[in-house]
Amino acid sequence: MFDARDYELLAHVQLGLPLCPRPYEAVGTALDMSEQDVLERLNRLKQQGLIKRLGVIVKHHRLGYRANAMIVWNVPECLIKVLGQRISQFSFVTLCYQRPKQPEWPYNLYCMIHGKDRQTVLAQLEQLNADCGIEHLESAVLFSLRCFKQRGALYQPIDKPSLAHGYY
Amino acid sequence: MDTIDRLIINQLQSDFPICETPYQVVAERLGLTEACLIERLQALLDNGTLTRFGPLYHAERMGGALTLAAVKVPTERFAEVTALINAFPEVAHNYARSHELNMWFVIATESLDQQQKTITAIEQQTGLRVYNMPKLNEYFVGLKLEA
Repeated sequence: MFDARDYELLAHVQLGLPLCPRPYEAVGTALDMSEQDVLERLNRLKQQGLIKRLGVIVKHHRLGYRANAMIVWNVPECLIKVLGQRISQFSFVTLCYQRPKQPEWPYNLYCMIHGKDRQTVLAQLEQLNADCGIEHLESAVLFSLRCFKQRGALYQPIDKPSLAHGYY
Repeated sequence: MDTIDRLIINQLQSDFPICETPYQVVAERLGLTEACLIERLQALLDNGTLTRFGPLYHAERMGGALTLAAVKVPTERFAEVTALINAFPEVAHNYARSHELNMWFVIATESLDQQQKTITAIEQQTGLRVYNMPKLNEYFVGLKLEA
């Protein structure tokens, strides 16, 4: 789905786009690629979904988002798709995933809410639960207490440059 | 951070154009000059409001493996276990959370095989069971934290 030149390009731009009027031309110059080639490759990689998003990555804390909650529900399998799609539509929901249940961990639907404070997050969650009619489902709210480690470049193949991608 | 910075951040959390003069395009949308937009972005990066300005990649489609894992850490072992787990280069994010499962981290590796090896190594070093919660489905959200 992508070739060695794509990979070089992805590795080069991952740390940041140049801040100049023709950023893609600057990228091309660094990689000995034409601006047109850079644009075509990036547009294709975007369409293929290898690039999820291109833009600013903010520090939650700096914007005043100090409460970060992971909410988990125990949802019957037959409802999970509908509920996942529904929950992901709320403006304050930043991530929504289905994950497997485990022994001693009955939850299979996860969402994240980033909010200014815990009270706001809990109020938003209450609204979400009421709107979706899922107050009765078994659930848990896990607020983050401390962040020990957060890095952008997530995996580092031995023979290739490392690439950053989004998780939170 | 003022109103203009907020406008810029909100606008650029969704897609930055891939065309010859993308800053010009965005600046026009916001009623700014291109030079002003570039200067503001530079300042937001310099002062740490923005972590980065660039692409977010799709790990699995890039050929990588990603999972969310959790452990139940006894309170008295918290510092020790944090140090052990954070020392793994495969561990990307690590958060303490308010639950009996009180440590949650992301493991990013090149393959599923390496993911399993990492989990086993963490279990051996910490003596704790690692709950592995890989993503089965992702529901699309328009990522937006309003500035």
